[in-house]
Amino acid sequence: MASSSAPALRSSVALVALRGVAKTFANGTQALAGLDFEVRQGEFVSLVGPSGCGKSTALRIVAGLSEPTAGAVEWAERPDQAERRSRIGFVFQEPTLMPWANVRDNVRLPLKLAGAPGDAAASRVEAALERVGLETFAHAYPRELSGGMRMRVSIARALVTEPALLLMDEPFAALDEITRFALNDDLLRMWQALRTTIVFVTHSVFESVYLSSRIAVMSPRPGRVVTELAGEAPYPRGRDFRTSAEYAGLCRRASDALARAMAGGE
Amino acid sequence: MRERVLRVALPVVVLALGLAIWEAVVRTWHIPPYVLPSPVLVWRTLVADWGLLWQSLLVTLTTTVEGFLLAAAGGIGLAVLFNQSRLVEYSLYPYAVILQVTPVIAIAPLLLVYLQQPTAVLVCAWIVAFFPVLANTTLGLNSVDRNLADLFALYGASRLDVLWNLKLPSALPYILAGLRIAGGLSLVGAVAAEIAAGSAGAGSGLAFRITESGYRLNIPRMFAALVLLSVTGVVIFYALALVNYLALRRWHESALHGER
Repeated sequence: MASSSAPALRSSVALVALRGVAKTFANGTQALAGLDFEVRQGEFVSLVGPSGCGKSTALRIVAGLSEPTAGAVEWAERPDQAERRSRIGFVFQEPTLMPWANVRDNVRLPLKLAGAPGDAAASRVEAALERVGLETFAHAYPRELSGGMRMRVSIARALVTEPALLLMDEPFAALDEITRFALNDDLLRMWQALRTTIVFVTHSVFESVYLSSRIAVMSPRPGRVVTELAGEAPYPRGRDFRTSAEYAGLCRRASDALARAMAGGE
Repeated sequence: MRERVLRVALPVVVLALGLAIWEAVVRTWHIPPYVLPSPVLVWRTLVADWGLLWQSLLVTLTTTVEGFLLAAAGGIGLAVLFNQSRLVEYSLYPYAVILQVTPVIAIAPLLLVYLQQPTAVLVCAWIVAFFPVLANTTLGLNSVDRNLADLFALYGASRLDVLWNLKLPSALPYILAGLRIAGGLSLVGAVAAEIAAGSAGAGSGLAFRITESGYRLNIPRMFAALVLLSVTGVVIFYALALVNYLALRRWHESALHGER
């Protein structure tokens, strides 16, 4: 288990920053306006906000899947296209697996598209599957798995390139509570083991407080970050933390911040 | 299990009943065979003329299979081309539609003017069969999961990667559905062209046998040839259904049943 002072060891260098980002869609919908948001090296930061506030759009802009209509995306080191690809992992709200391919081939996809040689790829796929506890399901097809297992495959696929930045778009929203709690703990363990940086979009205050080292609260559409909260509780966090008074207090603070953001205040 | 037995047994019972009534009607009213031959006579004719009919069946079947294969290649190929280039799609799609909506029976005589008969028949089979493949493949190529498409973009997939590893696998169930329709239509096209060629033609396909037998008032042989055509159509349908099942059984909803 990683050291409990892990957050303190992480640097506060910005890995990527959105500066004054706005996004207006072709149909006139203004999703984001004046969004300032910084992702720091090694942190677990959550973007929390009401549905439709542009959280997902912000994440897609960071991933380069969508272009901002105004503002800029600044990377600490200017990665070229090829480099950025290997630096970003993306987990969607749906598992988004290829139904015609088995678990192993699904996880191997990013390496295959990058043209990684077979042997090296195979051992990395093996390692990724082990990380999510699915090594015995390598030959299963997605439809043969439960919702939680599919999401694990999705996470294994995102981690197979060992990305510096993992972007997660409400990945556990569709799962039942028991599965969600288990995946929360697994995700924290992987984050600490891999030292990757995670941006986690959620509409659940409770989930964000449990997971994050920092929480950015967004306003309703057009979205921007109105408040930031530090997730002060030490890692590792587990079942005890989920039932602690400290957790309850942090949830209350975050809920209040979200309520103020919804009301339009600061 | 009982369900499966019924699904086979009931159509067989209906067939037997239908044939029995048919036979009874012919015998009771002494209907002459040049008006309506009895099932038993049709069967005897089938056996007696087997050599001739078998040769004709081979001719029609060859045309149908060739037409089907060309339709599959043409339909899938054209759909991929349309998918890769808007300009090509806009330029050619209307003509694909025109080819489809013009009844093939009306095109066939014209084709017979310009082409050798076997070629004309093949072209007819192709014209009728390729459009469902084209339409279904186009639909399939456009039915890609948007998140998966994003994922491919994120990892810098090339156009070829996207086509080969994402679009074509996504489209496979649609392509197979198109092929199932095309199999039956290819037979229809071949038969329509053979009939259009008629007695003037040098061909010897099953449809040609039907027209020829009609002129000679050999009605039992007409029925025998018709039976062979039906059986051919049924075999083609189930062969393609089997291919569909084998290709999709591991992953696609349409091929899954009972495992819940």
